[in-house]
Amino acid sequence: MIAAIRKLVVQVDETRIEMGRAVEPPVRRAVAMAVIANPFAGRYSESLEELTAIGEELGGLLGAKCVAALGIRPEQAQSYGKAAIVGESGELEHAAAILHPKMGATLRREVSSGAALVPSAKKMGGLGTAIDVPLGHKDAAYVRSHFDAIEARVADAPRANEIVVAIAVTDGGRPLARVGGLTVQEIKGQDGLR
Amino acid sequence: MIDILRIFTQVEEIFHEFGPPPTQPLRRGGAVAVIKNPFAGRYVPDIAPFMEELKPLGLDLAHRLLAALGCAANDVQGYGKAAIVGAAGELEHGALWHVPGGYGMRETLGWKDDAVKGMGGEQPGNALAIVPSTKKVGAPGATIDVPITHLNASYVRSHLDAMEIRIPGAPAADETAYVLVMSLGPRVHQRLGGLRVEQIERWDGQR
Repeated sequence: MIAAIRKLVVQVDETRIEMGRAVEPPVRRAVAMAVIANPFAGRYSESLEELTAIGEELGGLLGAKCVAALGIRPEQAQSYGKAAIVGESGELEHAAAILHPKMGATLRREVSSGAALVPSAKKMGGLGTAIDVPLGHKDAAYVRSHFDAIEARVADAPRANEIVVAIAVTDGGRPLARVGGLTVQEIKGQDGLR
Repeated sequence: MIDILRIFTQVEEIFHEFGPPPTQPLRRGGAVAVIKNPFAGRYVPDIAPFMEELKPLGLDLAHRLLAALGCAANDVQGYGKAAIVGAAGELEHGALWHVPGGYGMRETLGWKDDAVKGMGGEQPGNALAIVPSTKKVGAPGATIDVPITHLNASYVRSHLDAMEIRIPGAPAADETAYVLVMSLGPRVHQRLGGLRVEQIERWDGQR
């Protein structure tokens, strides 16, 4: 384990009724969050490779936590997203180092595929700061029914020298999706877009 | 039959605070059911019968929480409950949870063996302590601090704790969020003395 993890939080949000209508099957969205020590807190480092390695590690760990919490097989995962909140002794680039170079590959392994970009968000924050993790279909970014977001938040993190890293995985799109666009059935799954 | 709008579960594993990681991380979790508040928007004098209707929900949530925690009933050491009532409801609608929430906990955790380490003697059962609670009227995304105590003796100091719960987007004005919380151990670096688990002897729910 490269990351020094203080805490792991896993949430599952299951929507059964929306606007008075039953959602069949219910849409379930999981968010797994790790509170980690920021190895570069309080200092400027040109190389951020240590954070990139942490991102690679957490892509697998948090992705697996989400799939396990949903109780699904990896191939049943439908959409995903990722985000990080950097405590005030760090810098925004620390989030980028975790999220962008290597996290996607290990996350995709946990959800068995993922031609599409893993949508992301990042910010600086303090204890209890919430971040909206964007969600998109894992195989085709243009699937309109799966454009969504879910909040991630850890009540007692990030402290100044910490980073909250979040990954979200779902087993469905929005509860009553009905605004057209590319559908799941129309996915070609080759270019990650359609 | 109660219409459940959403089920929300959250599990935390705490590896350490500032101190050395313990051999066993502390695990605790909450389960929330968001339901339509049948009394929203008006004063209904006689709401008490709804407590009976909520009992299956209490039981269901307790089972869901155990499943999310991935543990057996006799691994649970602490508990608590709470309610957040949406803006079109009144605090008393949150109080409806006292009986069914406690019922769900006791039916699920009130096992009758002496499986808990350090406990022996004339323990009459489990889940003996009052299930501590909080309630409020709140907006969507409101937080609530759910108090936690040891499930057999409220005065066990190592287990006095709280867990913050928040459901993004709920409760809406005409909704209520009912919460159960369970903990598999004491505070991660508890070291303030007081009554210890192995000193429980009265089995009166307090000491």
